[in-house]
Amino acid sequence: MFRNLGEMILLFLSVVRALPRAWRERRKIGEQLFDIGNASLFMACILSFFIGGVLALQSGPVLVENGIGSALGNLVAIAMCKELAPVMMSILVVGRVGSAMAAELGSMRVYQEIDALRTLSINPVNFLVLPRVAAISVVVPCLVIFANLVGWLGGAVVAAHNDRIAVPWNTFFASIRDGVDTGDVVNGLIKSFVFAVCIGVICCHQGLTTMGGPRGIGRSVTKAVVNSLVLILILDYVLTRLLLPFDNGFSL
Amino acid sequence: MTASPATGLPLSVRQLTKSYGGRLVLQSVTLEIAAGEIFVLMGPSGAGKSVFLRHLIGLEEPDSGEILVAGARVGPEAAETKHRLAMVFQSGGLLNSLNVEENVGLYLSEHRLQPPAEIARIVAEKLSLVRLGPDDARKYPSELSGGMRKRVAIARALVVEPQLILYDEPTSELDPLVSLTIGREIVNLNQRTGATSVVVTHHRDLAFGIADRIAFLADGQILALGTPAEIRASTVPLIQQFLTAEFK
Repeated sequence: MFRNLGEMILLFLSVVRALPRAWRERRKIGEQLFDIGNASLFMACILSFFIGGVLALQSGPVLVENGIGSALGNLVAIAMCKELAPVMMSILVVGRVGSAMAAELGSMRVYQEIDALRTLSINPVNFLVLPRVAAISVVVPCLVIFANLVGWLGGAVVAAHNDRIAVPWNTFFASIRDGVDTGDVVNGLIKSFVFAVCIGVICCHQGLTTMGGPRGIGRSVTKAVVNSLVLILILDYVLTRLLLPFDNGFSL
Repeated sequence: MTASPATGLPLSVRQLTKSYGGRLVLQSVTLEIAAGEIFVLMGPSGAGKSVFLRHLIGLEEPDSGEILVAGARVGPEAAETKHRLAMVFQSGGLLNSLNVEENVGLYLSEHRLQPPAEIARIVAEKLSLVRLGPDDARKYPSELSGGMRKRVAIARALVVEPQLILYDEPTSELDPLVSLTIGREIVNLNQRTGATSVVVTHHRDLAFGIADRIAFLADGQILALGTPAEIRASTVPLIQQFLTAEFK
């Protein structure tokens, strides 16, 4: 992965340079937004509901035993919006969208479609990479907001209906209202945006550099998924560390 | 841009050398191609023909040597030079996500060279040149036969009004009748537009049927260069084997 890091950075810079063309490419970006959202939304819903539920199930009894069951909503909400939603949604998008992206571009590379674009004086970065990176960068933060809401709901359902927890809905959501501020949500959105850009760039790069026929496409998809996951987890720590100083005063 | 008449470009290849992983694929290839001629590069599979062609349009960078198109050196951005170059790929290189009409009009629509109505007219005109109709225009590449894909690829190349058009194995995977049609198209287009045509093939009948001159490439080297008659008369054993090989 690190051998290709320089190429990925150059691809990222090319995408940044191509950003002024984003309006011109709005139709392609729109198509990508629909495809990515369509591929991810249902899974995001299921995943988030159960993550929220498991968080409540694991931490609820302990908090209740210690007499601070009323803080459960706060705990679930903070964990969801600052950590679990950005990371889990990114992992979901890597699996469902990033792999497809790498396979599609890899196939275009192997079957000379990208060469054909170049001979028509069409820059593959503008035509193929920009719409994908732009769309994924918009979709992942949106999925995170959605995942937060569904995750909180999942946590609330478990908190209210599990006999060992039995924290009422009102108490759960009041705890969220009192404990979570805009800064916590923004924290997760910043992370998810960075993850999304990385997923887009890594998967497009792997696709564009595919070599060696159908086996090469398979290799590219595997590398795209593995590299994205590794980078997401590394960046998660780095971003958490960088955003830590803003924890108590970070607001819009 | 598309309305201007195409005039062929002369091509000069000097000491072109390329290797992959230590294996020499092209060894100091030197040749001249005149403006407007149909130049055929033939030779056995793996001789380096397609690699040579990819260098001509800047899709590959040589290890050493240079290629001059009308005196201008070809680099990695050859496709964006002042000259109009086009290539018909072995696989067609059609974008599977676009239908035939969108594929053929892609150059005009992406560069916004014409309004949509004019693009539709030009696309229909180019498709009719390769004998494809309005019904075919709405099909996707996956719905086309190998021959139709090649013809769509030629139509897409024609939209550029190329001054230099490169064909990579234009008749591979095609039956003899369709191969004949494609060969005729190449000659017709050359006569109509005056564009320089470079055709890579190992199809003997096609090569001798359309070429003004032929170069025979083997193991990355030019073994012979001349008119079809001169190539037929060559005494190089490999060329004779290649030209006379047939099932007994």
